[in-house]
Amino acid sequence: MSKFRKALLGAALIALPATALAEPLGLGRPALPEEVAAWDIDVRPDGTGLPVGSGDVSTGEALFEENCAVCHGVFGEGVDRWPILAGGEDTLAEENPEKTVGSYWPYLSTVYDYVNRAMPFGNARSLSNDDVYAITAYILYLNFIVDDDFTLSNENFLDVEMPNAQGFFFDDRETAEIPLFTHEPCMTDCSAPVSISAHAQVLDVTPEDAAAAERRRAAREGGEVAAAGEAPAEAPQPEAAPQPEEPALDPALVEAGARVFRRCQACHQVGDTARNTVGPHLNGIVGRTAGTVEDFRYSPALTEAGAGGLTWDAQSLAAYLENPRGYLPGNRMAFPGLPGEEDRDALIAYLTSMSR
Amino acid sequence: MSEEETKEGRPGETRRGFLRSAGLAVGGAALAAGSARADTPDPLITEEQPWGQYLGDGVDAHPYGMPSRHEAHVVRRNVPWLTADTTSSINFTPIHELDGIITPNGVCFERHHGGAADIAPADYRLMINGLVERELVFTLQDLMRFPRENHVYFLECAANGGMEWRGAQLNGCQFTHGMIHNVMYTGVSLRTLLAEAGVKPEGTWLLAEGADAAHMTRSIPMEKALDDCMIAFKMNGEALRTEQGYPVRLLVPGWEGNMWVKWLRRLEVGDQPWYHREETSKYTDLLPDGRAREFTWVMDCKSIITSPSPQMPILHGAGPTVVTGLAWSGRGTIERVDISLDGGVNWQPARIDGPSLPKSMHRFYFEFDWDGSELLMQSRAVDSTGYVQPTKDQLRAIRGTESIYHNNSIQTWHINTFGEAENVEVS
Repeated sequence: MSKFRKALLGAALIALPATALAEPLGLGRPALPEEVAAWDIDVRPDGTGLPVGSGDVSTGEALFEENCAVCHGVFGEGVDRWPILAGGEDTLAEENPEKTVGSYWPYLSTVYDYVNRAMPFGNARSLSNDDVYAITAYILYLNFIVDDDFTLSNENFLDVEMPNAQGFFFDDRETAEIPLFTHEPCMTDCSAPVSISAHAQVLDVTPEDAAAAERRRAAREGGEVAAAGEAPAEAPQPEAAPQPEEPALDPALVEAGARVFRRCQACHQVGDTARNTVGPHLNGIVGRTAGTVEDFRYSPALTEAGAGGLTWDAQSLAAYLENPRGYLPGNRMAFPGLPGEEDRDALIAYLTSMSR
Repeated sequence: MSEEETKEGRPGETRRGFLRSAGLAVGGAALAAGSARADTPDPLITEEQPWGQYLGDGVDAHPYGMPSRHEAHVVRRNVPWLTADTTSSINFTPIHELDGIITPNGVCFERHHGGAADIAPADYRLMINGLVERELVFTLQDLMRFPRENHVYFLECAANGGMEWRGAQLNGCQFTHGMIHNVMYTGVSLRTLLAEAGVKPEGTWLLAEGADAAHMTRSIPMEKALDDCMIAFKMNGEALRTEQGYPVRLLVPGWEGNMWVKWLRRLEVGDQPWYHREETSKYTDLLPDGRAREFTWVMDCKSIITSPSPQMPILHGAGPTVVTGLAWSGRGTIERVDISLDGGVNWQPARIDGPSLPKSMHRFYFEFDWDGSELLMQSRAVDSTGYVQPTKDQLRAIRGTESIYHNNSIQTWHINTFGEAENVEVS
């Protein structure tokens, strides 16, 4: 090898680690302390990141009922398939383990951190530090970890012991599984003949898939596979009956309303497949008498308002959406309201479009 | 399966089967295996067709092209009963419809914890803070000035197959194995990016945080971050899709999908893990004794036959048949894939075709002459570390049925004499 090539190689070898370590390029700009404070909200098990503050169980109960119970239930029992927060003690080794804050979560800091960063669902970062302490205290109370006169603060936070703190260990697949599964693969007579021991079709929980159903039909009966768009199910729609004239909706406003609706869809559905979930479905809401969707359990306040003649139109919806609690005291919708007139108008346009 | 059943149901020996293998009926044409022949000329050939006579769409009819309208059924699907609401839910890649190793952007499965955030590029900021020499803020334009890399990686949700622990449940590989996609990413390595901030020696952990309404967070050991983690702004050549984290997401190659934080807004360097919700309450694996594994990051070696499968029956009857599927490992490349037609008693090697890249999907094929009898079809992958994909019973012996995550077991499809496939378990 020539001296020249050696020198080149040497240079390359030196150059490589230098690239790997990468000299700063001077890109970006320094983060300001206010910016770091705004985003760096994370809390660790050792208490790092906890802000100064406090909240007691009874304050937490009121906040929980207002902000959380609509999904998690007043006692943390969970509504529909929303997470269950309380109970489940001593079930982890059983057949249907109930993994709740009390039975499973190893660190209290995780509760504070998660409520603070992501809750209430659909209105994240709207709680004060004291609110988060109070809700955390209430969740502890629901799990019988503290008494009803307890106040949680940054001072006593680390004193709270979570029941399942010792229930976790670092991934041990490296020793517990990999040696077992690392071997020459067997190719012939690897076991005695096998037979079917379980069928998926027995459960019948697979979502409808028209294309797959059509292929299975073709497999059984022969014939061409009908293309998705040409399946007999897609028969031409009968001509619509003439509708009374309705004022045209601004498509841009309807589209903006669809975006605003994202804040509602944790609890409300609208459209062809809409059903009642946490809240009633909103198909046909505009023009409907309040509190009259079939099979939905309304608050007495809403039922009474409907019986008293309240009909949802642009005006009443706007007033309700601006301040749900103020407009209809005692109703169960845990939504703080849409302060912006533009948002309200857009949402009502969207709901009107879905009501036609 | 009884011998009578096998004989009776053999497609080649029934009239229905004969018609089918003849390519059949109205306009079908293909001459299969010499056994089929046309009695009358095929009008698709002898008559002029509209597409051959009249003009089609001009350029610009579709400034952003979409799949053929005849492929409208190739879509992501969800399982509505799994979750309370679509804003915190998952849907599934139609892997039974795809081939090769790259997942098209529009059908990459979605998993959101607070809906898909909609962020304008001009509003995007990435912060690096914590145990670094310089706490920094970047715009998207800043990030585009770092040296870029291109890599193909699979992204698999840790819960892929999680509904199947107790028994065969969902009838379709879209639903049993579709929480996965495989994409070529363009972006910047964390090694490069973190060097800009200067990680302090005591900085051994990294927290990644999303800008979405869940502000998703995960702790990542610094060793992994500096090994092969990246931020990406392009997928398969174009900007990330909104639902995949536009404009910037994190890549944690070979590790569970939940760590690949979308709409990435912040990287914090620390000296211990944060034990946030997604690494304690979720994404921990509960074992039969009531204790749980935490930080089970690596996705074990796995494979699945995508066709035939419950959504993709064999339509041509007996004769030459192509079996195809996918294999991947979070620990490296796929060394081999074997196929069993008898529920795992005997195995034959499949053929891997296309690029073999670490922590990327591999495509395999197995061509055989189906005699029309019932089959118990399985695939089994072996990765570059020599790890052999286990059976579900082997995993259940260690993990029980309540661990939800990391089900990488061998899947069995029962193929009946019509060519239909069903998700079954064998013993």
